[in-house]
Amino acid sequence: MTSAAYSSPAGSAAFPHRDLVGIAGLAPHEILYLLDEAEQWVALNREAKKRRDLLEGLTIINAFFENSTRTLLSFEIAGKRLGADVVNMAVATSSVKKGETLIDTAMTLNAMHADAIVIRHGSSGAVQLIADKVGCPVLNAGDGQHEHPTQALLDALTIRQAKRAFNGLVVTICGDILHSRVARSNILSLTSLGADVRVCAPPALMPQAIEQMNVQVFHDFGAALKGADVVMMLRLQLERMQGQFIPSPREYRHLYGLTLDRLGTAKPDALVMHPGPMNRGIEIDSNVADHLERSQITTQVEMGVAMRMACLDVLTRRARGAEGWA
Amino acid sequence: MSLSKPLAVVNGKVLLPDGSITPGGVRCVGDRIVAVGADAAPHEGDRVHDAGGQLIAPGLVDYGVFATDKPAFHFGGITRAALMPDQNPPLDVPARVRFAASSGKPDFWVHPLAAATRELEGEALAEIALMRDAGARGIATGRRWIGNSGTMLRLCQYAAMLDMVVCTHAEDAGLIGQAVATAGEMATRLGLPSAPAEAEALAIGRDLAIAELSGARLHIRQVTTRAGLDLVRRAKVKGLRVTAGVTPAHFMLSDLATAEFRTFAHFSPPLRAEDDRKAVIAAIADGTIDVIASGHDPRGAEDKRLPFADSAPGMAGAETLLPLTLSLVREGAIGISRAFDLLAANPAKLLGVAAGRLEAGAEADIAVIDPDRPWIVDSGKMAASAGNTPFDRQPVQGRVLALFKGGARVG
Repeated sequence: MTSAAYSSPAGSAAFPHRDLVGIAGLAPHEILYLLDEAEQWVALNREAKKRRDLLEGLTIINAFFENSTRTLLSFEIAGKRLGADVVNMAVATSSVKKGETLIDTAMTLNAMHADAIVIRHGSSGAVQLIADKVGCPVLNAGDGQHEHPTQALLDALTIRQAKRAFNGLVVTICGDILHSRVARSNILSLTSLGADVRVCAPPALMPQAIEQMNVQVFHDFGAALKGADVVMMLRLQLERMQGQFIPSPREYRHLYGLTLDRLGTAKPDALVMHPGPMNRGIEIDSNVADHLERSQITTQVEMGVAMRMACLDVLTRRARGAEGWA
Repeated sequence: MSLSKPLAVVNGKVLLPDGSITPGGVRCVGDRIVAVGADAAPHEGDRVHDAGGQLIAPGLVDYGVFATDKPAFHFGGITRAALMPDQNPPLDVPARVRFAASSGKPDFWVHPLAAATRELEGEALAEIALMRDAGARGIATGRRWIGNSGTMLRLCQYAAMLDMVVCTHAEDAGLIGQAVATAGEMATRLGLPSAPAEAEALAIGRDLAIAELSGARLHIRQVTTRAGLDLVRRAKVKGLRVTAGVTPAHFMLSDLATAEFRTFAHFSPPLRAEDDRKAVIAAIADGTIDVIASGHDPRGAEDKRLPFADSAPGMAGAETLLPLTLSLVREGAIGISRAFDLLAANPAKLLGVAAGRLEAGAEADIAVIDPDRPWIVDSGKMAASAGNTPFDRQPVQGRVLALFKGGARVG
């Protein structure tokens, strides 16, 4: 399923970037190219034998400086299904946080001749910093409050599978926009693809000047949901709140929890999405999260593996000497 | 020093204390100036320095630096600097102040600013009078604002009694938290912890009220926002003894410079919006800002090659202080004599030292300057101990040709 609106240029011109550090800097046709590339992996992942050894002999290092289960697992499976040797380096947040250590770690990984490095780090900009220091493609698996590009891509893929096109789609993103890299990457990709993006949060969780990113700002969840085609809920990071940003989780739910009732305000076929892990009963009710027709939450996880396979494939083509990419 | 022959800097254009520029020179005996202008002809046996028709100006006085690497200051025409107490360990006891005060002599004079509170933690008052007698030329709260208003009031009352200037950092602690950027589109796009620019006006508002209540002389080391400058302007009209400073970063750059997480553009207070940058230039022009300082803070890769929020703020600014300030002269924002009020006379007055002006009786701190000489800032070739400047590769104008401290040639 390729998009009719664009036909991607041949070879590396379709995606001329060495790294995937953020959605910022990607042209719409480049985003669509990655989505198109992921489709084959969606199909493969539904087969009984889920392997195609495109990346055989290549080493992929997943360097996670911040705790992660889902994203790490998703990248690991993606690499393995493509036949790469995948190594996970989990660095506890506490032990390596500051100092030259980050650059030193990057240099160390580089010296081991990794063919791609996937990085998650708690500081905005950290992934770019490492990308500038290593000689192989770097994939951002989340840096601070900055970007989480593969999440935005898998979300876009999920939306496209259900809605076919982005133009004019109303997407409501609700939750802790301030601290969310998922929100930033999604805003960038969805607005670039032509969707109308709304963001909704209490003022304390809404970053200043966010409207400059071509979104509509809401504090009233009901108004934000009206006529929405997609409702994307963000995880409330309870450990961050402590009464500083919101009075309590139950008060948050009172104003911003996605209940079945509230979902009725959105379009009848509105999709429900959540990047996980969910706080059931706080930002999203169980009967919404598990709603068979509406919830895309498990589809997102499925698309995640395919999307990351596509990213690893595309970014390693130069190293593999793929035709038109060498 | 007094045994050396008198010095005569001749054949230049002398910047006089009244702001006029007159052909002539400066004659010094020992470490003091004895004559300036047309009647400063050399005597028999004087050491004569030919200024070659260039500007003869006072050596710059840099109010509020974090390090005192001499080569950088001499390159920049700076003969004295007020050292911030934010050292390791901080300047919060007399012995460290005494050491710092003598650390640059004879060719570069360091005037330590005493830590306002022990460990600069903003709680217990430090031994300010003892530090004054050990050579401290002012009191500074350091890189941080004193959040506790009670502490700030008692500090200001004490400083008023000692007639010492309190140099403050104006960012409301509760608002800034861990912020490293000014709230706005750039910080939002980069996902950097940020605080509204109003954090500055809030802090200044309280400090002005306390200064008024206590009668203390307040120097706000960096005022970087329109709202903050408006408060200072009104306080001056009202007659409060308040002065304000700024560093070139805040009149040269806006927060756009932080794009791509450039840590060399990480400052404290952070870079502001373009409108605030323009307000700073207007305030320099109308006299609201009294002092331009380098904020010199050389930092190596271990402090700067880090994720933005983890990196240290500040820049190595001593070498670019003069040319960047002169850019305001070329733009027509200020005249040349006003530039040297901001760079020398006013900071010298704040420190209470007989310098910063070319007049008989003043310390013979003299810079011969070609205000138009072009050069290109090169972070790889700086005299400072580290090349952390956001102005790398930038063409600038204005270079020191010769520098004298206390009548001795130092650069």
